[in-house]
Amino acid sequence: MGLFGKKDKKAASNLSSKSQLKIDDKKDGAEYTLLLEGRLDTITSPSLEAKINEAVGDASKLILDLGSLDYISSAGLRVLLGAAQAMDGKGDMIVRNLNQSVREVFDLTGFSNLFNIE
Amino acid sequence: MMQELIVEADRMNLPQVQAFIDEQLEEVGCPMPAQISIDIAVEELFVNIASYAYGNGSGKAVVQVTVHEDPLSVEITFIDNGAPYDPLAKADPDTTLSLKERKKGGLGIFMVKKSMDNVSYEYKDGNNILTIKKNLN
Repeated sequence: MGLFGKKDKKAASNLSSKSQLKIDDKKDGAEYTLLLEGRLDTITSPSLEAKINEAVGDASKLILDLGSLDYISSAGLRVLLGAAQAMDGKGDMIVRNLNQSVREVFDLTGFSNLFNIE
Repeated sequence: MMQELIVEADRMNLPQVQAFIDEQLEEVGCPMPAQISIDIAVEELFVNIASYAYGNGSGKAVVQVTVHEDPLSVEITFIDNGAPYDPLAKADPDTTLSLKERKKGGLGIFMVKKSMDNVSYEYKDGNNILTIKKNLN
């Protein structure tokens, strides 16, 4: 009984941690940094979009640190594209610390050439 | 052996669908980069069904996974009985456009086409049937 209880619990927590994104934001004058951790997918990308919309209003520099981002789908790419287009002409957007799998998605879709990547 | 999951075509079921796929992939020791590519493809295709197959109504999505050995590969089929729609017929996005000109549409299916070894669609007996295949070594 105890064993089955434990097993169920583990499966449930794996499932809920499956689609999670943590966003830490830092503001230094008109420079905004968003640190992303986890997964940027269909379910989590609206929360990043909301944060970016907040920042874009008065940011002259938007830094997206993807150092702890493990996964990005087209839903995440659309949010990043929207952010870059919104910043275009009003300031800089920098994307930094891409891991291998995120880098591959950027290369596959041509996003590597669109963004200022550090 | 084929494994099958039937869920409501609702994007909030995406974690359940991906967990089901990952379970099969982990069992055969799928390398992490391939698993991530497959996870992305599964998201794009499942979310497509959840978003468009049944309009404002609701319906089911069937996900079938078959692992083939020698050479090791995985085949995943998505079935819905919504409106006939071939997502592969959509033109690929132009990846050479400038930032200003880039459009947000079509990226998901484009990634599926580029990252899988085979992608096929058929409409049969009232069902949309989309199959992807990825070689694992």
